[in-house]
Parts: sequence; C-alpha cells; structure tokens
Amino acid sequence: MEEPDVSQPGVTKKFMYVNRRAPYGTVYALESLEVVLIGAAFDQDVSLAFLDDGVFQIVKGQDTAGIGMKNFSPTYRALGDYEVTKLYVEKESLETRGLSEDDLLEITYEDEDDDWAEKPSIHVVKRDEMTQLMAQQDVILSF
Amino acid sequence: MEQLVKFSVVVNEGPYTHQASDSAYQFTKAALEKGHEIYRVFFYHDGVNNGTRLTVPPQDERNIQVNWTELAEQHELDLVVCVAAAQRRGVLDKSEADRLGKDADNIAPGFRISGLGQLIDAGIASDRLVTFGD
Repeated sequence: MEEPDVSQPGVTKKFMYVNRRAPYGTVYALESLEVVLIGAAFDQDVSLAFLDDGVFQIVKGQDTAGIGMKNFSPTYRALGDYEVTKLYVEKESLETRGLSEDDLLEITYEDEDDDWAEKPSIHVVKRDEMTQLMAQQDVILSF
Repeated sequence: MEQLVKFSVVVNEGPYTHQASDSAYQFTKAALEKGHEIYRVFFYHDGVNNGTRLTVPPQDERNIQVNWTELAEQHELDLVVCVAAAQRRGVLDKSEADRLGKDADNIAPGFRISGLGQLIDAGIASDRLVTFGD
C-alpha cells in the first residue's frame, strides 16, 4: 500500500468508520478496510461501527472459495496491531439477521495501559447507544 | 455575518449511474458561491471514474467530468483520485501508466492521483467532511 502523508501531527479527532454493507457482492467493505489501515498511521481516535448487512463482515467461518474472491476477514483480527481497538456492532442488526455475538470473529487487542492484557475489541451495543457514539464523532466515513 | 466553513467532499460513486457526483458538484459549487472553503474533493470507490477524460456523454447532457474540471480551474480546487481505487478501475495518469507498463493514461485535467492518506488528512484539516454516495 502507498505511504500515507501524515501532514497534521498533533491534531486528534474522533473518526468512525461505519460499515453497512455485506463483505462480498460490492467492494465497499474491502475498500473501507483499506482506509482504516491507511488511516491508522495518523494516530487518530478511531472506531468502527457495524450495522445493517455490515455485521456480516465480521462473521466467523467465512469461505469465499466458491466466488473467486479473497477472504479478507482475517484482516479484521489484525486491527489491534494497528491500534484500532473499538469495534461497535449494533445488536438489532445482529438479531434481525439471526446472529449473536457468538457468530462473530474473536477480535482482541493488547492493552498497553493494562500490562498488555488481551481484551475484546468487539462491543455489541444497542441502537440508541450507537446513536450516541455517532453523535460524539468529529468525522464519520460511511461505507 | 454567516460563519464560513472549511469543507471537504468525498465522492463515492461514478458518473451517471448514481446522482452522487452531480450532488457533490452542486454542493461544492454552492458552498464556494457562499464564500466557504473547499479544502479537498476526494474520489473513492467508483467515484474515481469521475476523473477520466475519455467519457463522451450525449451533447444535450451535462458532462460531469468537464463540470468538475472547470470548477477546479475557477477555484483552484484540489480534486484527488485515490490511487488504489483508480488502479483497480483503470484510471491512470502519465507517470502511473509508465510505471505500470500501460500504453495510455486517462486522468482528466484538474484531477490528481494520490493516496488514501489524503482522505484522512481532509477529515483532520476540515471543519466538515461531507460524503456523497449511494
């Protein structure tokens, strides 16, 4: 990937990447993940939101062999290495699709402020909590 | 006195199939006419296809690429096409075409190809980042 131009040192904003679409069928999920990975170099306060069909992006056991596409879901498990540690999943979107937290990838990070304890990155939140989280953001990028 | 805002604009869909690029153009034009600043317009996903100079719409239709190019010339706009998204979709400038061994380039005047860092930078540097998509 290209080298980012980190031109605004010292400014920290709250960035939320909102993922609303299924992982395959369109390219939005993959290209959203590419923004997240590049954006990690900018040391911003980053979170990801998964709602609507976007919750399918982090379902475990994905197998893309039949559709000739790369399975990029393992990349979500590496987000902790990029210091992207807050993944909010909307409870109602899971339930509507017959899913629960048990169906999701195990995504964790090592908390440097807590002796590198391994902690879950995924937080299942209700719709009204998601609304509040969105209201707190400076920048929302919706894919 | 109306408060002036520094905007950046994101265009996530290509021309003609979706209205996103038209709406983004109208928004950008209106904001500039009101005296606001447009820090950058960033083209991502199929939005990169707004930046090819090879589109030839019927003469009685708007030419979306030319609209952007002319607006950029009038206001010294920074129109940035994402390099990774552009390479997937065949939008190249001269140096990219040379580097990748392709026999042609198609980037339109007023557009430049750069990285996704330019999108994050726009989010940091602007008061408001406005996305136009599907």
